Amino acid sequence: MDTPQDSRPKPRAFSPLVVEALCVERGRRLVLENVGFTLGSGESLRVVGRNGAGKSTLLRALAGLLPLRSGRIRLGCAEGEDASIATHYLAHADGARAVLTALENLQFWRAMLAEPDGANGMSPSEALARVGLAPLAEAPVGILSAGQKRRIALARLFVASRPLWLLDEPLTALDSRARDQFAEAMRAHCEAGGILVAATHEPLGFETARTLDLDAGGRA
Amino acid sequence: MNAAFVALFLREMRIAGRVGGSASMGVAFFLCLVAITPFAVGPDPKLLARIGPAILWISALLATLLGLDRLFQADAEEGSLDQLHLAHLPLELTVVAKCAAHWVSAELPLVLAAPVLGLMLDQEAGALLAVTASLLVGSPALTLIGAMGAAATVSVRRGGLLMALLVLPLAIPVLIFGVSAASAATTADASLLAPFAILAALALAALALCPFAAAALLRQV
Repeated sequence: MDTPQDSRPKPRAFSPLVVEALCVERGRRLVLENVGFTLGSGESLRVVGRNGAGKSTLLRALAGLLPLRSGRIRLGCAEGEDASIATHYLAHADGARAVLTALENLQFWRAMLAEPDGANGMSPSEALARVGLAPLAEAPVGILSAGQKRRIALARLFVASRPLWLLDEPLTALDSRARDQFAEAMRAHCEAGGILVAATHEPLGFETARTLDLDAGGRA
Repeated sequence: MNAAFVALFLREMRIAGRVGGSASMGVAFFLCLVAITPFAVGPDPKLLARIGPAILWISALLATLLGLDRLFQADAEEGSLDQLHLAHLPLELTVVAKCAAHWVSAELPLVLAAPVLGLMLDQEAGALLAVTASLLVGSPALTLIGAMGAAATVSVRRGGLLMALLVLPLAIPVLIFGVSAASAATTADASLLAPFAILAALALAALALCPFAAAALLRQV
């Protein structure tokens, strides 16, 4: 499982992420109304809006975790690939079990998220080194700081290579150095042909192709 | 898909073995329930021998419910449940893998403890064997039925009580045939095979149906 992998995949062309007239309800309140955009291979979108504007709702809907009231989402994925397994979703919660070590968590997520042949994505220890957690690989997640837990969640993006990244406030709790490193990783993901949607209040550290302001109507 | 199933099973086993895991808690609770029964019903060996299988079964059922309410809740709280939705493994098999790990880590110790605790209730050798065998066959059904309740209450804070309310009625058939299989060994006129066959059928039906129900409930969160 720990064989070294090519960390810079060749650019791949993915079919675009197409969102048409998306309406999503939460608790009987219409949170997203008529949101639509198209992102081609290698493009990125920054989602902004006030608290409660529906940024997280949009990302959860794109990940297929929320039922749609109306509208359509076509996921960006390579020809013949299963759309539901083409997505990485980074939520507010980091998805790391406190009683397991950082390495155990990542090994588990690699087995769950990476393609079964294991030919893509970094090895868990490489991914931990990339987010600067190599010295803490054997430490239980429960004793790590919020920023360090966040880095484990970011490392999950690297252990399985998936074309669509949905990032909900990805930079929360990160220090400035980790922010720069992750901005570089986001840029590399788009250069490799990946698609990226990030909801954030803060500057991402790299220029997204487009911006979607949920306060000003749902058009990118 | 197989690798993901095994990885999930091993992760659950590892978590159960760490501090705060459910592995030892269930057995301790089971031991407490069985140990306090003679204080409640009195130290009459004949009476204890007669109601022993029932006490062991009720205690096993309650100990199962105690451990199951966190089956999906811990994953939901830490954000892992969202990731499991996006994994290669279908959610139905995710439920099966988690139930299998829970059964091995929490239920199997109950089954192994049952003959020892049965001695405290003045059970004969044949009855000990029968109650252990019936728990071995019936406890997977309890786990799978409980998984449905755990999935239904995954977003309810402190949903353990609500889960018990939902699950206990569904566990009644398993309880009826489990106890009749266990006590058939001591009563001469009853057949041992029929309740055992029905108990095994209930376990298989639970394996066929409950993962789909639990996965459907998890998709509603």
